[in-house]
Amino acid sequence: MNNAVPDNKPVARSRASFDLKTWGPFIALMALAVLGVLINPAFLGLDNLSNMLTRSAFIGIIAIGATFVITAGGLDLSVGSMAAFIAGVMIILMNSLVEQFGPGLTTIVLGIFASLLLGLCAGFINGMVTTKGKIEAFIVTLGTMGIYRSLVTYLADGGTLSLDWGVRDIYRPVYYGNLLGIPIPVLVFLLVAVAGYILLNHTRFGRYCFAIGSNEKVAEYSAIHVDRIKTMTYMLQGVCVALATIIYVPRLGSASGGTGVLWELEAIAAVIIGGTVLKGGHGRIWGTVVGAIMLTMIGNILNLTDAISNYLNGTVQGIIIIVAVYLQRAAWRKSVP
Amino acid sequence: MSTHDQPLLSARRICRSFGQNQVLFDIDIDLVPGEVHALLGENGAGKSTLVKILSGYLSATSGDIHLEGGARRYSSSGEAETDGIVMIHQELALAEQLSVEENIFLGRELRRGPFLDQQAMRKRCRAALAELETRVDPRARVNDLSTSDQQMVEIAKAITRDVRVLIMDEPTATLTEHEVEVLFALIARLRERGVAILYISHKLREIERIADRVTVLRDGRLIDSGPMAGRSKEELARLMVGREISDMYPERSGLASDAPVVLEARNMVVPGAVKQASFTLRRGEVLGFGGVVGAGRTALIEAVLGLRNRSAGEVLRNGQPVALRHLRDAVRQRIAYLTEDRKGKGLVLNMGLRPNLTLLNLRAYCRPLIDRRREEQAFQEAVERFDIRLRTEALTAAELSGGNQQKLLLAKVMTIDPEIVIINEPTRGIDVGTKQQIYHFVRELTDAGRSVILISSEMAELIGLSHRVAVMCAGVLTGVLEGEQINEHEIMQYASGIKGVGVDEQRRA
Repeated sequence: MNNAVPDNKPVARSRASFDLKTWGPFIALMALAVLGVLINPAFLGLDNLSNMLTRSAFIGIIAIGATFVITAGGLDLSVGSMAAFIAGVMIILMNSLVEQFGPGLTTIVLGIFASLLLGLCAGFINGMVTTKGKIEAFIVTLGTMGIYRSLVTYLADGGTLSLDWGVRDIYRPVYYGNLLGIPIPVLVFLLVAVAGYILLNHTRFGRYCFAIGSNEKVAEYSAIHVDRIKTMTYMLQGVCVALATIIYVPRLGSASGGTGVLWELEAIAAVIIGGTVLKGGHGRIWGTVVGAIMLTMIGNILNLTDAISNYLNGTVQGIIIIVAVYLQRAAWRKSVP
Repeated sequence: MSTHDQPLLSARRICRSFGQNQVLFDIDIDLVPGEVHALLGENGAGKSTLVKILSGYLSATSGDIHLEGGARRYSSSGEAETDGIVMIHQELALAEQLSVEENIFLGRELRRGPFLDQQAMRKRCRAALAELETRVDPRARVNDLSTSDQQMVEIAKAITRDVRVLIMDEPTATLTEHEVEVLFALIARLRERGVAILYISHKLREIERIADRVTVLRDGRLIDSGPMAGRSKEELARLMVGREISDMYPERSGLASDAPVVLEARNMVVPGAVKQASFTLRRGEVLGFGGVVGAGRTALIEAVLGLRNRSAGEVLRNGQPVALRHLRDAVRQRIAYLTEDRKGKGLVLNMGLRPNLTLLNLRAYCRPLIDRRREEQAFQEAVERFDIRLRTEALTAAELSGGNQQKLLLAKVMTIDPEIVIINEPTRGIDVGTKQQIYHFVRELTDAGRSVILISSEMAELIGLSHRVAVMCAGVLTGVLEGEQINEHEIMQYASGIKGVGVDEQRRA
């Protein structure tokens, strides 16, 4: 009886010592970075690195939310349009608040607050329609994706919504500023990643996401609030989109029907490159972070070289996504008999 | 007649092992044209393994198979089917999104030139379904059919082939009584046509009616084989279960006559599954639930637990009405439920063993983050208490054997420290040794003053463990048997609706 226990331990340890599934994305990122340095030493410049990380923060923050949704067996295609819609509403709101409160901190704080609330509500709607209506997440979020996109176009009357110049000056540091030399967006990205990591790997909520994504029936028979947890993942996704939007708005100070186009696919790509399983049941936050950085890094490297046209950015990204997933599958096949 | 006595398909000294575990030992079997050969044995006796070998789904570790005297070694079911050996599965193997006729001709579609010959297929399909006297529409999607209709489609699929050896693995498990009659009539016709039929069941009444010859397996060994004539049901039952039935089950714990009722269900109705059922469970008692598959036992229990909707009925816990709307409410009432579907509903197969163990009561391992050390400690305790044997590389639940999965599931539901444990088919697909451990564990539960509800399709299990046995038939709880009444004959009478409550109503309907 007892001898089974010590037998099991060393095996578990030796398996955990090196796991391609875990370290694959990191290795790929390092390889890409080495390639970047070889192509152009300017790649390692502090300016370039901080610029790159700042840019990856939008997709990265959204992708951390997407990691939860996908791990729990869902999918959210609406994040790009949702970002545009939130940005649009936020700008309109802040512009109108200027009349009352002036271009001050109050206006911005209220705008941020509204943005978070909107994200939470949008996620709640996606979650409720998916779980209570028993409709595939793909269909539901395809629908809301169209709705948010058309709403922002409608709000902008087909053109562009611009933030009041006074507000813009005060709001600017949220994107362009830094704390102890670290750009604010990178800082937010890091905080969201740490919080996401703890939530996914060290709380009941995270454990339930894994269980639901693996087998919803088992989760139900384990007395888990399946619908509630799934809805919460969409709400979390909504909040992440709102956070990304809050950082995005001061960058350009405007929003239009073209804002956030294809962000949903970039976010999903980052999640998948990071080793999260698309059909659910297994998620990895640090993988997602690496995936988001990798996607930006590809564009950045192409900018630094003349060897490949910048227009081929999408091609290179596409190849990397497919190769990354292929390698993970190969490793998966090997480790699970 | 003389040609008929020559076996068409014969197997000699068939052995089969899964890893270290040998499940078949030197089995001989002969299938003669125009004869129904019954294969009897308890769950886990090796019946399914043997027929999978005969029909090419598995290969034997050693031994020979001969067809009309010529040696055969099938490496796939397709090769066996080419020789006219067709098997009807116990677990349905139909493409759910395809229509009935598409399923029947799947992989051997009739063609005219490069195109499908829809008309010819429809015609043959209709003919086969008509022979089975079923009203299934050839164009219906399999997904939309009831389980018994799906079973009829499986049978239609088999008889549209040029079948010479037909193997049926518990075909009546999901059929209604009328459908069983139709099936038996069909078997009679096939027998006249000279088809060799191998019929697996552990329902002795069926065997008695249709079998010409019988072979009994127990624990992977051939116990008895010969003509059905001259063999009684009782004798076969004894051979099937074997001597060890007495040591298999621990002695029942004594039940105080004034033991309080801890759980009561009154007038439960579950749409489409349970028409009428009431029962009580007392402290320290094992209440068995008998009946054929589809009688509504699982539906009843799951409705009590809040896993299914009921349209009427009341549940009382310690005499107080309780509203159990979700399994969470049942857990709060300290009622644990072990599902019969270990892999589909019980364990997250691709998850580690520790997270599986703690999933039901994860709150207890959080402060507020998950405390992995406490999880590990609970796991080590569970391994010891439930004797979970870890294969060296078992990292996920999928890698455990059936018996160990069942022990892990048992350990999982025990994390809530339940007062009532409801076990559905506790020993399905697990080996004899583990069975015995589980039976002793049930005894431990009642010794500790907990109550157990045991749903089982294994008669011996119900008889060996229960203080009382509730029997269901077609959605009605027909009776609760006690003491001397708990025997195979009596349970069968109630399970088939010959005796008990609601019999008249059913006759009228």
